[in-house]
Amino acid sequence: MKKTAKVVAFLLVLAAVVVGSVFLLQGLNFDVINSQGEVANKERDLLFFTLGLSLIVVIPVFVMLIVFSLRYREGNKKKAVYKPDWDFNWVLETIWWGIPIVIIGILSVVTWISTHDLDPYKPLDSDVKPVSVQVVALQWKWLFIYPEQGVASVNLLQIPEKTPINFTITSDAPMNSLWIPSLGSQIYAMSGMSTKLHLMADTVGDYKGSSANISGEGFASMRFIARSSTQSDFDAWVAKLRSSNQTLDLVSYDKLAEPGAVSEPIGYRLGDPHLYDRIVLKYMMPPRQSGSHALPAKHGEHEMKNKDIQNMGAHNMDMMKMDGM
Amino acid sequence: MSLRQLTVAETGVQAEKLRQGPTALGFWIYLMTDLILFASLFATYIVLLHGTYGGPSGKDIFDMPFVLAETIILLTSSFVCGLTMIALRKANKQLVLVGLGVTFALGAAFLALELYEFTNLVIDGHSWQASAYLSAFFTLVGTHGAHIAVGLLWILVIAWQVFRRGFTKGVVRRLTSFSLFWHFLDLVWIFIFTIVYLMGVI
Amino acid sequence: MNELINFVFGRLSLDYLPKDIITQVTVVVITVLGIAAVVAMFKFKLWKWVWKNWITSLDAKKIGVMYLIVAGIMLIRGVADALMIRAQQVLGSGGSGGEFISSDTFQQVFSAHGTIMIFFVAMGLMFGLINLVLPLMLGARDVAFPFLNSVSFWLFTMGMILVNMSLIVGGFSIGGWLGYPPLTELAYSPGPGVDYWIWALQIAGIGSLLSGINFLVTILKHRAPGMTMMKMPIFAWSVLVMVLLVIFAFPILTATLGMLGLDRLMGMHFFTSDFGGNPMMYINLIWAWGHPEVYILVLPAFGIFSEIVATYSRKKLFGYKTMVVALFAITFLSFTVWLHHFFTMGSGANVNAFFGITTMIIAIPTGVKIFNWLFTMYRGRISFKSPMLWFLAFVITFTIGGVTGVLLAVPGIDFQVHNSLFLVAHFHNVIIGGVVFGYLAAITYWFPKIFGFKLNERFGRYAAYCWTIGFMVAFLPLYALGFMGATRRLDHYDASTGWQVLFVVAGIGVLIIALGIFFQILQLVVSIWQRKKNLDLTGDPWNGRTLEWSVPSPAPFYNFAVTPVVTSRDPFWEEKQRLKISGEKSAKPEYKDIYLPKDSGMGIIIAGFGFLVCFGLIWHMWWLAVVGLIGAIVCIIIKTGDDDNEYKITAAEIELLDISNRRKKAAL
Repeated sequence: MKKTAKVVAFLLVLAAVVVGSVFLLQGLNFDVINSQGEVANKERDLLFFTLGLSLIVVIPVFVMLIVFSLRYREGNKKKAVYKPDWDFNWVLETIWWGIPIVIIGILSVVTWISTHDLDPYKPLDSDVKPVSVQVVALQWKWLFIYPEQGVASVNLLQIPEKTPINFTITSDAPMNSLWIPSLGSQIYAMSGMSTKLHLMADTVGDYKGSSANISGEGFASMRFIARSSTQSDFDAWVAKLRSSNQTLDLVSYDKLAEPGAVSEPIGYRLGDPHLYDRIVLKYMMPPRQSGSHALPAKHGEHEMKNKDIQNMGAHNMDMMKMDGM
Repeated sequence: MSLRQLTVAETGVQAEKLRQGPTALGFWIYLMTDLILFASLFATYIVLLHGTYGGPSGKDIFDMPFVLAETIILLTSSFVCGLTMIALRKANKQLVLVGLGVTFALGAAFLALELYEFTNLVIDGHSWQASAYLSAFFTLVGTHGAHIAVGLLWILVIAWQVFRRGFTKGVVRRLTSFSLFWHFLDLVWIFIFTIVYLMGVI
Repeated sequence: MNELINFVFGRLSLDYLPKDIITQVTVVVITVLGIAAVVAMFKFKLWKWVWKNWITSLDAKKIGVMYLIVAGIMLIRGVADALMIRAQQVLGSGGSGGEFISSDTFQQVFSAHGTIMIFFVAMGLMFGLINLVLPLMLGARDVAFPFLNSVSFWLFTMGMILVNMSLIVGGFSIGGWLGYPPLTELAYSPGPGVDYWIWALQIAGIGSLLSGINFLVTILKHRAPGMTMMKMPIFAWSVLVMVLLVIFAFPILTATLGMLGLDRLMGMHFFTSDFGGNPMMYINLIWAWGHPEVYILVLPAFGIFSEIVATYSRKKLFGYKTMVVALFAITFLSFTVWLHHFFTMGSGANVNAFFGITTMIIAIPTGVKIFNWLFTMYRGRISFKSPMLWFLAFVITFTIGGVTGVLLAVPGIDFQVHNSLFLVAHFHNVIIGGVVFGYLAAITYWFPKIFGFKLNERFGRYAAYCWTIGFMVAFLPLYALGFMGATRRLDHYDASTGWQVLFVVAGIGVLIIALGIFFQILQLVVSIWQRKKNLDLTGDPWNGRTLEWSVPSPAPFYNFAVTPVVTSRDPFWEEKQRLKISGEKSAKPEYKDIYLPKDSGMGIIIAGFGFLVCFGLIWHMWWLAVVGLIGAIVCIIIKTGDDDNEYKITAAEIELLDISNRRKKAAL
């Protein structure tokens, strides 16, 4: 009688927890699950697949734990078998080495394929011409430079929907990580080098963006809006910024780069098309030789590839290889 | 009991026995951890080889004949340290003291040469603050140098103990450990010589 | 005059006293309590007793107890930090408005929380327990190098003092528990906080490294006669692989922290963004230590659960040999996975996939261990004392943590949840579920062996329930928050995210855990109060299997009156079975002289000079660093030159002591 009461109480508590959780979680937006872009969709599917595969091992563990605990407890009235010296069995050992090996084997294949498929450095397949965005992590805001459009924006990433976005990312601050959960992968932003990321939004909407790596006092304020819009809205936004009276050049950049958070997005007309390269370069060699300010202002893209930069680039490549050691 | 002077025969046996004992094992393990510390510094040095920030690389600052002289001095001191251990087996107090003296002198000469090299580099404007490469160079070579300095201090202490106490169990144990330490530093220097200097000038 | 002040005090000045009210109150309370404690010690003339019996003691059991005390106090500090983090996150919805602590303080608090929990709670509990039981389990008198053991403990304690001192003057690092540069470089963190972090970890880390050497030699050289490697208790195996990890990993930490320290002290450029420095190298190095570190913490816990499950199931451990194989597999693999902590740093797909797969492979030996534990219970006679409750909680939470770990190991998934609260939930799942539950179970299990009386069972159960439920309430919401895009270490966020409600739930969870800790304190107080009722007179309260249960409780200072001879894996259990069947009494042992190490105050003195070095380096008081260094060297020379460091207990004395112990037991 008492036992039944215990079971009933346990089930009631369990039900209360389930109902309570559902109540708590309803109406909340799970960006990672409720994904809005090709990359994030694939990553969500991968998550559910891996979770399902893991349950093949987990469920038997939980079942055995409960069954064995009840059956072989000291106080069990129906005395179960007691074999104090039984301590090895080849068949059992083979099973519980074997099954996980098979599961991890399957998962390894999936991992190998998916890691190559989802490599943030891999451009996305699409018929639409990609938009390039250069991202600079600052203390404590995000600067998005659109070199092809000749505009720049702080804390607002405007992108056209269904268009691949090619990000190159650097930092003029401690290390940060660019993350838009609804769209998928994140990647670190580091000074003196560029990392790459390729994302695409399926639909129109405003998505949360943030830095996922601690970068100092104002770190929590490093939020931005990733605004996916129609192509025409995007073009209109670009046009508006192009006619803006705020110009982003070295002078206004240095002012912007001073530590401090920004509450409202800022739009700029891009004054210096090589601003991004200068920001990367200023960490790579002494100002005397080719620091950002000393670099001639009218360098073409191909001219940037002088010997020094090539060397530094090679150096960066070396570092990347080292990581993979 | 352990304060007793060992006889000549016992000293040899004791030195042999200590090689199997827990202290020797512990000391070997310590040396291995030190080796991993050096390995971390070596790895960092190699990664930062190109981090010269427009400053000099190894090729520009190394004086190979000088480094070769350093190397020969350190190898000789290691050799003398080995001879000292043979003298210990025979419990020859005077020879051991002479051997320790020569080891010390050679070690001190090595350290002096290294400091001379460092000083010249700093005077030429190539200090550890100039670039990541130089930070790594000074730290790697300097850490070895710091170990040598500890070894020199150790020689002084142990020589004093040999002089005052003769060969007790504890003194023999510490002498044995010291010789391991000194040979180990020699080995690390061979790596530094090869990886930092030789490969640096090639 | 100014120059003199600068020389004497370095950059130390009154400006570095805490500014926010919470820290000020904390500091005042700590100071008052500290002064009260010191005064009380003088008043009741306890100093001599503490110095003679504890501080200078080289007895591994006493050192173990001191480790547990320090780790216990630090656990309370760590949980208090956790409460502050959650309180701020509950109030931080909407950015402005309810600010509980400033961003700067918040970041110091979570950095301190992580550092303290890993280095001074988990490591402290681990080394404490190993000191308590490892020599007893091996049938040894003591550890291989008792004096070194004392030095290790005091270095650990000095590191602990440094971390807490930052609260009083100077503040702590804001760089998280691993202090990634360039944030922790001079350019972004010029203050003394990062230096506190570096030198506290450096000094404690060296202590851990010395402990590692000590325990490895103990296991290899000080086992009782007859105890071959394959007859060692599985806990000893787990300690063996743990110390192998310590020996291979901790020198990397020493080197890495050293280089960061040189960057900050001497203007070097190892990890700066400019001057050719390479922060990515730091991240590689710190994880080459950091990943093994988490296995350092959890492997002994695996060993503990292996002992506990076998004892309370009254059955041999299932698959002893595969357990050993699994331990070695985990040990080896733990050095091949470090890159999974930064898949998002832009390594190529081949590299990421390789490290993802090696990471998943660790799940195989870990899973095997769980199945072996379950089949140790199968066909056993399980007595559900509170250590077994911890075990059940461990299997559930650790398995969940294992699954989320496999998820994080897939680079494609990690790209999405890296550095989010999903990650935070995962590692708390394995560290609380694996490490903390394991050590708390171990404390209950071995408590009577050390103190001679059992802990109160009822409050032990309450504590286990609170910890388990509290854990679920505190961390399961974090998985959801991770999916909602909440990154770790946020002190405020937009109200529109809807995160607040889950932070509230998580905060309630921390409160439940705090209630669990309250029950543990209550348990300790009640148990001491009623110790007469719970005395363990047999020396074997749980029907144990290994050698430590063969000696009286509390274990005598010489451990074993006669060195035991071992013929099987569960020597004490087999002996009990044999005596039960044959009905004979155990034969009168042949006593021999015992040599034990003389107590020494040099351990705390050397570590104290080490503290001065660190403090001098933190505050740029160079003279102090030099004084500390010279002092430490001189003390080491004096100590190593002292060969008269053992004393003898004659066979006759041992016989007297042992016979009185046997009488007590026979009187039952």
